[in-house]
Amino acid sequence: MSYPGMRDLKLKEETLFERSRQGRCGYSLPKEKLADASSFIPQELLRKELDLPELSEVDIARHYTRLSTYNFSIDLGFYPLGSCTMKYNPKINEKMARIPAFANLHPETPVEYSQGTLKLMYEMQKMLSEIGGFAATTLNPSAGAHGEYVGLGIIRSYFKKKGDTKRKKIIIPDSAHGTNPASCTLNGFDVVVLESNESGKVCVDCLKGMLNDEVAGIMLTNPNTLGVFESDIMEITKAVHDAGGLVYGDGANMNAILGIARPGDMGIDVLHYNLHKTFSTPHGGGGPGSGPVGVCEKLAEFLPDPHVVLKDGRFSFANSASSMGMIRSFYGNMAITLRAYVYILEYGKDYIADIAKNAVLNANYIKACLKDYYHLKYKSDTLHEVVFDDSEMPNHVTTMDIAKALIDRGYHPPTVYFPLIVHGAIMIEPTETESKETLDSFIEAMIDIFETAKTNPDNILKAPLNTAISRPDETIAARKPVLKYCPNAD
Amino acid sequence: MRYLPITDKERKEMLDRIGAKSVADLFSPLPKNVLLKKELDLPAAKSEMEIEKHMAELGTMNKGSEMLSFLGGGCYRHYSPAIIDQLLLRSEFYTAYTPYQPEVSQGTLQVIFEFQTMVSNLFKMDAANASMYDGATAAAEAVMMASKISKKGTKVLIASTMHPHYIQTVKTYIEFLVDKVDMLQMNASTGRIDDNELEKIDAETICVLFQYPNYFGVIEDLHKIAAKTKEAGTLLIPVVAEATSLGILATPGDLDADIAVGEGQALGIPLNFGGPGVGLFTVKEKHVRKMPGRLVGQTVDRNGNKCYVLTLAAREQHIKREKATSNICSNQGLMATAAAMYLATMGKSGLREVALMNLNRCEYLKKKVAEETNCKIAFSGHTYNEFTILVPGTGAETLKKLESFGILGGIPVAKYHPELENAIIVNTTEIHSYEELDRFVSALKKVTGGRS
Amino acid sequence: MANYNVPSELRYSENHEWVRDMGGNRYRTGITDYAAQHIGDVTYVELPEVGSEVDKESVDCTIETVKSSEDIFNQIAGHIAVVNDALQETPEIINSDCYGDGWLYDIKADSDDDFTSLMTAEEYEKFLSEQEN
Repeated sequence: MSYPGMRDLKLKEETLFERSRQGRCGYSLPKEKLADASSFIPQELLRKELDLPELSEVDIARHYTRLSTYNFSIDLGFYPLGSCTMKYNPKINEKMARIPAFANLHPETPVEYSQGTLKLMYEMQKMLSEIGGFAATTLNPSAGAHGEYVGLGIIRSYFKKKGDTKRKKIIIPDSAHGTNPASCTLNGFDVVVLESNESGKVCVDCLKGMLNDEVAGIMLTNPNTLGVFESDIMEITKAVHDAGGLVYGDGANMNAILGIARPGDMGIDVLHYNLHKTFSTPHGGGGPGSGPVGVCEKLAEFLPDPHVVLKDGRFSFANSASSMGMIRSFYGNMAITLRAYVYILEYGKDYIADIAKNAVLNANYIKACLKDYYHLKYKSDTLHEVVFDDSEMPNHVTTMDIAKALIDRGYHPPTVYFPLIVHGAIMIEPTETESKETLDSFIEAMIDIFETAKTNPDNILKAPLNTAISRPDETIAARKPVLKYCPNAD
Repeated sequence: MRYLPITDKERKEMLDRIGAKSVADLFSPLPKNVLLKKELDLPAAKSEMEIEKHMAELGTMNKGSEMLSFLGGGCYRHYSPAIIDQLLLRSEFYTAYTPYQPEVSQGTLQVIFEFQTMVSNLFKMDAANASMYDGATAAAEAVMMASKISKKGTKVLIASTMHPHYIQTVKTYIEFLVDKVDMLQMNASTGRIDDNELEKIDAETICVLFQYPNYFGVIEDLHKIAAKTKEAGTLLIPVVAEATSLGILATPGDLDADIAVGEGQALGIPLNFGGPGVGLFTVKEKHVRKMPGRLVGQTVDRNGNKCYVLTLAAREQHIKREKATSNICSNQGLMATAAAMYLATMGKSGLREVALMNLNRCEYLKKKVAEETNCKIAFSGHTYNEFTILVPGTGAETLKKLESFGILGGIPVAKYHPELENAIIVNTTEIHSYEELDRFVSALKKVTGGRS
Repeated sequence: MANYNVPSELRYSENHEWVRDMGGNRYRTGITDYAAQHIGDVTYVELPEVGSEVDKESVDCTIETVKSSEDIFNQIAGHIAVVNDALQETPEIINSDCYGDGWLYDIKADSDDDFTSLMTAEEYEKFLSEQEN
């Protein structure tokens, strides 16, 4: 057995509020004579009490250190999470982001004193445009979904300027990520769902039948959420363009084609990147991310405000001619942009194409080794991720059970129950930063789960057995939500 | 390449297993004419040392990070206790994924549960979510949520004294959602929303969105606005862009706000040139199921152990899809962790003390500027750690002169309000020593002339 | 085919809503046993506002579970007479008693046209067996 399994040294830890003791303090501030707030501000504008815990620095250190041990993380082990691209987060990126010259720079600093950051942003705009095959890129969106909102906002602005008010529909494949239709609704578009064909791809004839002067465009992910490349992409984008529409690309799966091919060359008019996926910035337990958006020439005037320009050797901010407006404060998650910038610099033009090459190799290897055990609905054109399902599992073992059983064997589960078009989907994306022995151990664990499902299903159905908590009751959590600590509640 | 462990030997074994002749074969589904024929036009690969040199060089062009700065305006330099970054660098926090699998994410889930608790207590509201991108998008999402709750309203009222980025962001987001957006104008002498403007609050109003302290540093007439809003039966949405101000100021809960949002960057998160910060979003109990963003809830596992899970997912995009009111997926998780650590470290007395240090410095600076220089305090309204001054020349000229003293004196208001070309917004926090405040006053005196 | 309870006195829609004639042009609605079994544990119900106008096929009510949000397609045009407030405290009654205490809301209609156009119990049973195959 080569997979790590699970064994631990973990100490129980209560909440901050239970640790709190009246009179404890964890901070160090200079001793000053301070006039009370009521000396300057009337009582009615002041608060009466402040309910925050009182802890020593030792409490803080122990509390968060113990809590950290309850987490799986990339530095601990393998995350085969399809669609998330959980690749290793390089440490040089962290070090560079903490350089005071960058971390301590205020966004309202006059541009002559922030040329370093502005130059970095300008170069990043250019590099991302080059990588995607676009004319211009905005760094402002703070996450992929934010980028989608912006991209659709750009499409909306484009047709508004043209005076084309009929185009209210966006076509979205049924395999799309939930943020896609949600982003459409936010922009006032109606969603028209396009059913995938028997290969899990866009049915081109069906698409052509749906295109008319009421369609603003299509939202595509390529490779799609099955990890399958839409090989008819040129025909698809041409059909949409011929009908007067635009093509939005969801760049979540950029890791499959980075440095190999460019969405802009395939007819994608606007695309968002996920820096926290393809470009290695850390997931941070849920964020922050960054979702820069690249656009073709004719859409550049609609980019959100502001962006960085270079004029007479000087970097500064400028607004776009017909901008869709501001979409957040300041200029985006700059410290995340910086980490991705360093990442691209380290790979450079020399090695950047190796990312996709290794990612696609790893995914196809897993596919080859597991296809005789787990049902594979869509068998061809797999790139960087592969989708199995639980349809042939013995003894009513479900995808959820498989996921929990993987935890017992030392892995974070893959993405489960997405995309919706595969019932019981198990989506595995190994990324390029995993070694062959990690993949082999994972494969061994998956095969073990399959065999155990046959011979000792209880072990799988009751998983996870090795963790401190197992199968939390999500129903009570949703029926009677407890969203904050209440001292009397327990 | 150090992040790519597969060796040539292993590659060959894997290709054999796959049944492909080369890696290039694996890309056969791509149309031949889109495969890149040459390298991308990117810089040549850099080693770690070369990267450090490159970044250090770029850093030398960021003189602003070293100058004595009085810049505020929605992004505030506070002291972050040393322990925070040390804990934040634990890779179990920053390289962890979103806590969708609760059995392997109790660390993140508990941290965020505690974050939600402390933020809701800070705002004195019933519940807080796991974060939004920033204060501006939190405000936009609050208005979108309000438009769903309000059955009869047709217009949104926004304080013109709010941060210009926030106003613009909200307008971008609600362009189709509401029929009308009206601004509540400022009173030129107090710096607050003019009392007469409150007459605009009526039964047609979806919500009243205002910031305190406002962009000019002035604390709005909280109870008056709240009373007028309640009277009209519309939704009250206060926005707090300087989270430490809640160490002493009356809370949205005290105003009986329905939704209250803000920016948490001031809670020990570095300036980072404006991002990432952390958007704060709180609501009254009855609105919880309409809230955007992730929520961590407490529950028990199958053996009765207390634990935490992401909950009320039925609100979110991955379930509601085109019917979702928000498309938010990734949030600002690690910054929420940082803000939680800050609130835990400063605690009940520390946050109050920091706020008092800010207030005392601001009052000291205001007094000195008014008494010793040729500048006037623009507004009579109460302030926290930020205030607006009127200078004899233009704001831009004065600031340029201050720069020659190594001082970034503040934000020229004309940048966003061209009619206020003599105004500068000045911010001070506990980071400044009183000597530095004196330095500012002395430089300002030299640049604008002493009090005549 | 699995056994689903289909009370004979009710009428049914293709979206698995049932409607009961309460007399005086008043109609009660809920979800069928088939839906209650397939939907999963109900965690929350968003009910329409009493007095609001509703149309045929309008969505005025949603039923949430941990992993889904189901639209209820209103089958009778009219206005909402009363809603089942008990569902706020115990939404799970929908799973355990979908035809009885798990009712959703009553509509006061203008005529009985919408009701009579719905499937009878027999037609619905046939519809269900076709669904399963």
